[in-house]
Amino acid sequence: MPRPQTFRTLLWLWFALSLIALAIGLRLALIAPIDAAQGNIGSMIYYHVPMQVGGLTFPFVNLIGSLAYLYYRSRNLQRAIAFDALAVAAAEVTVLNLSVGILSGMLWAKPVWGIWWTWDERLTTCLLLWLLYVSYLLVRRFSSTGQVYTLSAVISVFAAIDVPIVYMSTRWYRTQHPSPVFFSGNPGAGLDKSLYPAFFSNLAAWLLWGFFLIALRYVLERRRQQAQHAAVQHAIATPEAQ
Amino acid sequence: MSYLTHLLTHLRKDLRLEWRARDSINGMLFFSLLVVVLFSLAFEPDAAVSRQISGGILWVAILFATVTALNQAWTRELRNDVLDAQRLAPSPASTLFLGKAIANLLFVGLVELILAPIFVVFYNLHVLGNPWLLALVMPLGTWALIVNGTFFAALGLRTRNRELLLPLVLFPISMPALLGMVQATTLILTGGDNLYAVFWIKMLTGYDIIFTTVCILLFETILHAE
Amino acid sequence: MTHPAHTEAAQLTGVSKLFGSFAALRNITLTIPPGTCTMVLGENGAGKSTLLRLIAGLNAPTQGKLTVFGDAPQSQRRRIAYMSHAPMLYDELSAMENLRYFAALYKSDGCACVGSPEMALRAVNLDPHLTRPVGQYSQGMRQRTSLARVMQADPELLLLDEPFSNLDVASAQQMVELLTDFRTWPVSGGGTRTILLTTHQARLAEPLADTVLTLRQGALISSLPKTGAA
Repeated sequence: MPRPQTFRTLLWLWFALSLIALAIGLRLALIAPIDAAQGNIGSMIYYHVPMQVGGLTFPFVNLIGSLAYLYYRSRNLQRAIAFDALAVAAAEVTVLNLSVGILSGMLWAKPVWGIWWTWDERLTTCLLLWLLYVSYLLVRRFSSTGQVYTLSAVISVFAAIDVPIVYMSTRWYRTQHPSPVFFSGNPGAGLDKSLYPAFFSNLAAWLLWGFFLIALRYVLERRRQQAQHAAVQHAIATPEAQ
Repeated sequence: MSYLTHLLTHLRKDLRLEWRARDSINGMLFFSLLVVVLFSLAFEPDAAVSRQISGGILWVAILFATVTALNQAWTRELRNDVLDAQRLAPSPASTLFLGKAIANLLFVGLVELILAPIFVVFYNLHVLGNPWLLALVMPLGTWALIVNGTFFAALGLRTRNRELLLPLVLFPISMPALLGMVQATTLILTGGDNLYAVFWIKMLTGYDIIFTTVCILLFETILHAE
Repeated sequence: MTHPAHTEAAQLTGVSKLFGSFAALRNITLTIPPGTCTMVLGENGAGKSTLLRLIAGLNAPTQGKLTVFGDAPQSQRRRIAYMSHAPMLYDELSAMENLRYFAALYKSDGCACVGSPEMALRAVNLDPHLTRPVGQYSQGMRQRTSLARVMQADPELLLLDEPFSNLDVASAQQMVELLTDFRTWPVSGGGTRTILLTTHQARLAEPLADTVLTLRQGALISSLPKTGAA
């Protein structure tokens, strides 16, 4: 583990890097050619797709944190709790990304496809992943201090097993019942080469930003854990007034 | 052999408890019948349409029954601190879980047996496909709902918001199974492609095996979470 | 299944337990030697129940080290029995059904180390053939059934949380005599019986106890061997 000062410096650097990347991405997106068929709304892909990609990537960080917690909790409790902080940070950023991704997707779909929603494999997977991580966060909010880490780690494991199954089963369903909407206008599909710079720079920028948020939230959570630990020591030392 | 003995002990206990109180089964029956009758009233479909939609309606009715069972699945353990006694017992924790899940399966199965003729009557059903496949889909699908439901009902036991948590976490987890059971049932009822029906049955079986294993492995963790 | 006789029944070192921000136990260090009977006194909220729950393995210490028979309490379940305020029985089943059920959970392959439910019920002065469900029992009867449940498990470490509450004086006296007797019953597999109980009625349990621990606001105030004088 790097020393706190080094970590803090790295975090600041990462923050600056993300802002720069976002600025570049924004500029490229603004000057990129507009898709003739979709009009202005087509620019949504620079925002929507990175959000979704983030929403599908960060759960892995959460899973790693949760599995590490379950592994270390009987061996090295301090390390286990640090991994749990990572897990919750990733979970919150996942929910953030997925919320934005789903909403922006709907805003895009209505003018372009004419419908708000369809149960295809990608949308279904995203929605269900969102539900799972919202319940992850709810469990954390509503369980008593001792159990929080373990219960939410278990939900993480279930989410990890469930999501691929959801994706596959919806896909199979879709081979039998093809969606009535044609997919050539799918965001990100068949992207014209001229849009590549804008697309990939935004993808990179939002992913950088997402990882920065996770790191920031991790630091906050660690601080909270340490404050709690200090409060525990204080409570042990001083008897409560009856 | 000892594992099986413990499992049977727990199963017998749950069956006996329900037999004495009989509150769970009555609730289940009421809600499922309500759904069946209500939809029949609302739609009055002709035979072809009836077969198309009845798969979905049947599983909604069973879902109601299952959720009613799940909501009270662990209440008897919560009373009198019996759960503490269970946590202290040297028997494997997963036997407690499996015993309860199997008992719930039997209760919902009983409700399904009662529902089936009523369903056939109200929807003027006439199974075009292979009815034996239907006899396979029902327990597989019901188990899919119950195994995860019983697990998450236990997970939420000591959280403050378990009424909200259970449906919230169960829907995403059960969705593939729901898709499978409704598809398989509809295909069988409408005499659709047998191959597809069997495909969904295989998927359901795979789902059941995977999640039953995960629940058995993780039950001890959540029972002792503290 | 013999165990080294000199392992302490329970050993706590710097154990603290917090629930949220409330410290139920603060820096407890104590040893419960095997074969003894220890009485824990203290006001409500002093931490007596928490102490028992920790030793039973129902809760884990927030800080400190706790071992039972030299191991984690969760690994020693077969040797520990715990009785709490609540009866820990199914209301819908009769006493005999409850006891038979729990006896079955304590059995394992090749181990006949569980006592008979019938014997346990008779020992607490209850009719084993009573078919009324436990939910319809009086408080005292439920208390006694609960005691029968823990006794039948044939434990080496018996943890009792306020076992004499809800009992009239005569029944409580009988229970004290029973527990005194219970200490002498041989444990299948060797080993001695250790009892740890909490109570408000110090005078009642005095003949039983070898050591008296006092807790106040989660801390151990005193640990005294029983003296002859009142």
